[in-house]
Amino acid sequence: MIADLGFFALLVAFLLALYACAAAAYGHWRKQARWVASARSAAVLGFPLLTVACASLVYSLVNLDFQLQYVTQVSSHSMPLYLRATALWGGQAGSLLFWSWLMAAFTFAVMLREWRRDRDLEPWVIIVTSATLAFFLALILFFENPFLRYWQGITGTVWTAMWQPAGAQPYIPMDGNGLNPLLRHPGMIIHPPMLYIGFVAFVVPFAFAIAALVTGRSDDRWIRVTRRWTLVAWLFLSLGLILGSRWAYDVLGWGGYWGWDPVEIAAFMPWLTGTAFLHSVMIQEKRGMFKHWNMLLIILTYCLVIFGTFLTRSGVLSSVHAFAQSAIGPMFFAFISLTFIVSLALLNKRWSTLRSEVEMTSLLSRESLFLINNLLFMGILLICFWGVVFPIVSEASGGIGRAIPALAHIFTGQRATVGPIFYESATGPLWAALLLLMGVAPLAAWRASTARTLGRTIWKPFIVSLVVLAGLLVGGMRNPLGLLSLWICAFVLLVTIYEFWRGAQARMQRGENPLQAFWRLIGRNRRRYGGYIIHLGVILIAVGIIGIEMFQQETQGRLAVGERMHLGSYSIEYESLAEFETPDGRLVDRAVVNVYKDGAFLTQLYPRRDFYYESQQAMTIPGLRSTLENDVYVLLVDWEAVSASSATFKLYVNPLVNWVWYGGFVFIFGTLVASWPEAELRPVRQRLRAANTERA
Amino acid sequence: MSSTSLAQPLPTGLGNKKFIIGGVLILVAVVYLIISSTAAGAQFFFTIDELNERGSQAVGKPARVAGAVLGDTIEYDPETLTLTFTMVHMPADTRLINDDGGLAKALYEAVNDTTRARLQVQYIGVKPDLLAHEVEAIVAGKLGEDGVFYADENGLLLRCPTRYEAALPAQAGE
Repeated sequence: MIADLGFFALLVAFLLALYACAAAAYGHWRKQARWVASARSAAVLGFPLLTVACASLVYSLVNLDFQLQYVTQVSSHSMPLYLRATALWGGQAGSLLFWSWLMAAFTFAVMLREWRRDRDLEPWVIIVTSATLAFFLALILFFENPFLRYWQGITGTVWTAMWQPAGAQPYIPMDGNGLNPLLRHPGMIIHPPMLYIGFVAFVVPFAFAIAALVTGRSDDRWIRVTRRWTLVAWLFLSLGLILGSRWAYDVLGWGGYWGWDPVEIAAFMPWLTGTAFLHSVMIQEKRGMFKHWNMLLIILTYCLVIFGTFLTRSGVLSSVHAFAQSAIGPMFFAFISLTFIVSLALLNKRWSTLRSEVEMTSLLSRESLFLINNLLFMGILLICFWGVVFPIVSEASGGIGRAIPALAHIFTGQRATVGPIFYESATGPLWAALLLLMGVAPLAAWRASTARTLGRTIWKPFIVSLVVLAGLLVGGMRNPLGLLSLWICAFVLLVTIYEFWRGAQARMQRGENPLQAFWRLIGRNRRRYGGYIIHLGVILIAVGIIGIEMFQQETQGRLAVGERMHLGSYSIEYESLAEFETPDGRLVDRAVVNVYKDGAFLTQLYPRRDFYYESQQAMTIPGLRSTLENDVYVLLVDWEAVSASSATFKLYVNPLVNWVWYGGFVFIFGTLVASWPEAELRPVRQRLRAANTERA
Repeated sequence: MSSTSLAQPLPTGLGNKKFIIGGVLILVAVVYLIISSTAAGAQFFFTIDELNERGSQAVGKPARVAGAVLGDTIEYDPETLTLTFTMVHMPADTRLINDDGGLAKALYEAVNDTTRARLQVQYIGVKPDLLAHEVEAIVAGKLGEDGVFYADENGLLLRCPTRYEAALPAQAGE
């Protein structure tokens, strides 16, 4: 039986993970390298074993082995092959297994690296990664086993068990429930894996950080070793967030891309600390400062990763993301608390050895601006955390409101929640400050900068940005917040481009042609210029967000056939509606809508409603006309049954929203540039030879 | 949290007070943003009884109210997209509801109890498919002076007692 094979592989992987922890700890304690080597072999084996477990579950999903409860829950006859396979992460138990498999893959990759210079760190890296893996495998084995089967007793009752109970017969349902229709979207197929990779990859820098703390190494070796791992983790986490937004925009049918849903925030919080971490480690590498801070950031990031997984998996919060209620909540809570307390205790023990090597002197120095950047990220984190816990806090803390009348309207003792308005108004100013800092901070010098030197490098882009502002005013924009935020974007964009130009120009003066100068400028400073490219991507994303958040227009109405509805310079006309069934079990109602701009025909759109028979669930798919300027986004929300003589539409015009997705591409490209191996890492002899040939 | 951990790596000399002041300023700004935005963006959960207790105090303040829908009262004008219906008070504590026989029973008891408080709701938008007799409606909006609860845009959520996942599919060959 394929499922038995999968279950055994899972069990063995769990036992090996436990063994790896024990053997590594013993080897470290007794200073016996062979025990550490044995632990390493055990840690390496986790990946092939979990590959077998995942493969056997995928096999069961694809071949519709409905005796497995998990297969019945997420797969069905009408689902195409690729969806059956990706249903591996469509439900609770399967997605935990998938998470563990990725975790094992990263452990595998880490174990295969060159360890010669870091022998002392190795046992602790094994312990941290294996303990994390063992925790997740224990959850799967004891609480969320995807290999459980249905059995039917003589009395007819059906229950689930791994092995055939005495007197019971296998129970095989005719068909499964199928994957939630919301998840049947290409974006949904890659969004969870990206996010999960981002999540698990952060375990690697955390493991090295803990190893450094335990062994008392106060240098920045752990940061240098894990720099690329961190960048990869961060890249995938960013990708996961961007893809998730795109999915929401295409599928959820509310005209938006980000709803400040608690689970979105749960994935966003490790991104915030991770981004702060990426910036502040540079200060430790260059100046030997912020050592405690970096430790704290990576510990926080790891805990937030587990917390994020916990929020989605435990059912404590209801949202589009949460799976059904589950018993694993308290386990997660215990694991996070334990990790956090142990990590902080270790940090406390090593506090004195991690003192800064130098002192900060100038408020405008680069390290100081980076510190402000970190504080702003932490501020946003605090706001997000507050928003997530507010429902719990507000109910439990009526006493504070009674004690301090000024806060009585917040701590009412009444159950409450905060919506998008809270997050937008609270984080908005901090985002603006971060954006501004993103332009200025890279120009500040290390150690000391004055307003004068800083001003000298930015006055030219500043003047040009004022021209952009004037252009917006002449163009008729009067929204003060829109003007301010777009001006910041323009200014930072110009400063960043000016940086590229200055660097290339310096090279051109040495006789390189422009293309060569530009190429080498980036090639020789990949980390720095990769970072700038990421910043350019962030600006594009910011422009898109400003566009849709501040200038989105919407209207709704019921249209008879041939009737038009207007919104700004656009109008839509209801032409017809057709109803048909599809082979994969949907009833589709698809409207034909003509779009006009200033009265001239533009295009035809087909907003539709898919009704899934299996799940009795409807999905609203927008009709979308996408350009760099804006998106015309039409939703079919209701229609006159049978005659289809009239239908109700929601019409949105979303300015600039496409910049978010294009910015995403630039962002990814920049991260790849920054994480590409540096030429300087080549052996000296090779480099000399290259230099010689260049000279010749 | 951020201020204490940051103060440590910073030097403590007299010339470095500016860093501490700067950090404190940012922290104060964040706290201010949190408090002011919470006040603006918080939505409090009320049962219909609790809303009635507050009377005129509750008028015009953002709130979230849950109740059982009375099917006969649902009226919808597709021209103006105006939806009105009446909800009946039901207890708010989910755990209590679950211990007492589940949501279905709580809803059944609510709609058949004429002594309970009621609330009229108005919502402008598309009539949701799920809106029917004996389902739970959660509306976000504000109580008007006329005693009608005006729901926000997208402020109407519905919850049905049965969830299809719980049902076990029929066995093959039966």
